[in-house]
Amino acid sequence: MSDVIRKFTRSVPDWRPRVEPIKLEDATPEQLEALQVTPSNTKISAYVLTLAHDVETLKVRSPLFNGIMYDKGGLSREERELGALAASMVNHCIYCAAVHASRHAQIAKDTSVTDELFAKGTKADLSPRNRAIFDFAHALSQTPSEASPEQMSALRAAGLDDAEILDLILSSALFGWANRLMHVLGDPVRKGSEQ
Amino acid sequence: MSTETLTKSTIVELSAIPEGSAVAAAVDGRSNIMALSQSTEDAVLKPLETGAWSHDIRAALAARIAALNGETALADRYCALIEDASIADLADPLRSGKAQGLEKTCDFMDKVAVQTRDVDAADIKALQDAGVSDADIVRLCEINAFMAYQVRVLAGIRLMKEGRA
Repeated sequence: MSDVIRKFTRSVPDWRPRVEPIKLEDATPEQLEALQVTPSNTKISAYVLTLAHDVETLKVRSPLFNGIMYDKGGLSREERELGALAASMVNHCIYCAAVHASRHAQIAKDTSVTDELFAKGTKADLSPRNRAIFDFAHALSQTPSEASPEQMSALRAAGLDDAEILDLILSSALFGWANRLMHVLGDPVRKGSEQ
Repeated sequence: MSTETLTKSTIVELSAIPEGSAVAAAVDGRSNIMALSQSTEDAVLKPLETGAWSHDIRAALAARIAALNGETALADRYCALIEDASIADLADPLRSGKAQGLEKTCDFMDKVAVQTRDVDAADIKALQDAGVSDADIVRLCEINAFMAYQVRVLAGIRLMKEGRA
């Protein structure tokens, strides 16, 4: 398994499942509906085909995921990505970390924050606001959560209002979820080495 | 499985947020997320297609993960859904699951919940070797993953509330 990636990177790898994904030709009507397969959309990722084993959850999970990461108002998209990244770093989910570090860099039009985090981890040199966000999300992602009243105060001191704090809780908690699928059910592998 | 239905929102109910507070306003602003979170809880705990994991086993495993995260009220809530007494002690993280023939399953669930970063291919292989189907492995991961989310949303909202007291 030498093609498995073990270090954090912003280059999004391929993902190779450790279980057999469903085969599109064998999919039930309910699975096809959850996979949103249409004549113009037949390219479904191995990850989604794997989750289709539990179609009832897959169906409700996608709108929840999109709502937490993209709904208007509250915390900026860039900062939601930082919450997602903190969780993914705690859980060492290389794939999720790559996707959300690269999205952070795209939205921020700046790679310095994610460069710094991947190089120095929790010792990264961050702006006070990013520091408060990352530290809270990192602590909330421990099991059990280690997020403290002091860290909550630090978020407020950094200027986050309640709507923003709730969005940070939701986006980092969501990656406690996503990491336990992505990191557990498959391996991040070099592009092109899947199959 | 008890006939008691899961209430409108486990997160909102257990959080007991004071009405009219800033935290309540924030949660109201994301009422769609709270509703979708509940739909997912229902899909994970009470699916029509259960695979190898009955509603009782799911409730017990959910309670087990809540307990591992120190979320006692949530663990109690899920324990109350278990009808089959022979399943009930799976909810206790100190029990191995041997009595139910679910030792490997409990080992896996505990590791995914607590030592997520250390999970590797051998952990999946151990379940497959124990005869657990790939679809049932995905189902276990979804239970675990959802619980990871729910316990952290509860922990986070609790801190929001405390900071406003």
